[in-house]
Amino acid sequence: MRLSTPRGPLLIALCCVGLLGWRPAWADALPMTEAAPGVYLDQGVQEVAAPENQGHIANIGFIVGNERVAVIDTGGTYAEGLALRAAVRRVTDLPIAYVILTHVHPDHVLGAAAFEQDRPEFIGHANLADALARRGEHYRERALADLGEAAEGTRLVVPGSSVAGTRELDLGGRTLELRAHPTAHTNNDLSILDRQTGTWWLSDLLFVDRIPVIDGSLLGWLRELDTIDQGPALRLVPGHGGVPADRYAAVAAQRRYLQAVAAGVRAVLRRQGTIEEAVDSVGLAESGNWLLFDDYHRRNVTAAFVELEWE
Amino acid sequence: MTTVSESAHPDACAWPGAWALLLAMVLLGGLWPVLAGPVLANPDEARWEEIRTALFGDRLPADGRDLLQLNTPYRAEDAAVVPVSIKPLADQAAGRRIQDLYLIIDMNPVPLATVFHFPGTQAWDEIATRIRVNAYSNVRAVARTEDGQLYMVVNYVKASGGCSAPSLKDPAAAAAQIGRMKLVLPERVSPGERLAAQFLIKHPNNSGLQFDQVSRQFIPADYVKHIAVSYQGQPLFTADTNISISENPSVRFGLIPAAAAGELSVQVQDSTGRAFEQTFPVVPSGG
Ligand SMILES: [Zn+2]
Repeated sequence: MRLSTPRGPLLIALCCVGLLGWRPAWADALPMTEAAPGVYLDQGVQEVAAPENQGHIANIGFIVGNERVAVIDTGGTYAEGLALRAAVRRVTDLPIAYVILTHVHPDHVLGAAAFEQDRPEFIGHANLADALARRGEHYRERALADLGEAAEGTRLVVPGSSVAGTRELDLGGRTLELRAHPTAHTNNDLSILDRQTGTWWLSDLLFVDRIPVIDGSLLGWLRELDTIDQGPALRLVPGHGGVPADRYAAVAAQRRYLQAVAAGVRAVLRRQGTIEEAVDSVGLAESGNWLLFDDYHRRNVTAAFVELEWE
Repeated sequence: MTTVSESAHPDACAWPGAWALLLAMVLLGGLWPVLAGPVLANPDEARWEEIRTALFGDRLPADGRDLLQLNTPYRAEDAAVVPVSIKPLADQAAGRRIQDLYLIIDMNPVPLATVFHFPGTQAWDEIATRIRVNAYSNVRAVARTEDGQLYMVVNYVKASGGCSAPSLKDPAAAAAQIGRMKLVLPERVSPGERLAAQFLIKHPNNSGLQFDQVSRQFIPADYVKHIAVSYQGQPLFTADTNISISENPSVRFGLIPAAAAGELSVQVQDSTGRAFEQTFPVVPSGG
């Protein structure tokens, strides 16, 4: 037994038509930049997912070894996944052996089906499959509703491999170290360290310029930021925004925001205030420091409130 | 089982629609009668017709704006946690005292989020909880007064944006502390003066509607279904709840403390048969 909807067959029909006749507006291949030698990155736009940006709002990319390629995140739609795949093929003919999904959010995982043809090992945090079960269908439906034809063909891929602690991937002369983090941005954050270049792909454990989204644990995330500061990396790749020139300053900005939310919510809780009061008053001084503040800040305060009220 | 025709809903980010509604009825063990009725042109209206018929038969609730105030946010910021409060506007002592209060989210798979019952030992002045809202939806409060009349107020709530989802952030953490309760009282408790109290219980409130592609099974339903709160042995209210209530259910309610120290006791049952019970002291502030 599984959920189905009366419009299912219609959607499937539309998808097939879409795949035959439709090409993504970014002309087949994403324009990648090299964050470090062999580490290719395309920055998503700092906007909310919409038809104009085709859902390409997250940083996605790939790392090339001597023998194999690892893709890191796949974008917000099937079409974006295809464009990333085309970008890999512009750089190398080596097999795409791994597709790493850094966490459950739709702008990172919904392009995964574009790589099924390569038969890679899809890898995620040990909690990712459960999170996809809980949220994936909702995200897919929202992508179809919010992005229209840009999201045609979008399907979920549940990773067959999971990481609970750490795992090494051998790309041939290049080793990636995957690390499953305790609950922070989400309960399924996975980061990737490329030892060869000292590049630590943190994905949404780090937001640069764009307001961080709390969807796991505010306190857990603050703890994890301290761990990140102690990590041996030359550069950090955030899930949104550019590679920061000063890795510590980027983490500090995010820490400052999260601490402001925590302090504000605790003050409201001390006087038995409500979520509504917290949402209207907490953290507003941070407004000028972040892109998309109005889109996500109230939600962050809500999430912080229901976490901190149990302290 | 009869069919429910709800084709091509314009808002495709809705829950999976009528089939999920039917499935939810099955999973939730006949909570709902089987829906039948005319198919209306406007799917939102058709949906409400189904819900209204299932809950109230052929009775049409009257405009309740003189009787009730429903407070909801303009937008569901976090789809998993949307605060809702309901205030009675009329004098509760008169013949129109509100006995039952239905909270309904049209587009959720189980639209009836909760029914509060007030036995009338203390007049109530406000009740608040948190609900899951993942699609653009009407949210309704329907009051049944002691003379049997129905009154309704309706707010429209926009869905949350981005990656917000109406589900748990950390299921393992929620399960680890299941049944832990908390009562929040103001610092000052004055005899005879109404105060706002908040009751919380840790519970994942799993819907049973989420399909795990790996195990090929639904994540089992596990949710709070009944909350009873009494003060000094007298019932204050009970709530029949289900999966449209947020994880770690919260209810904020009014309480008029007695002169002497007393006890507030809470009993909770969930859908798997677990029972939780706790008694909290309510002690007037000194002086
Ligand atoms: Zn994210």
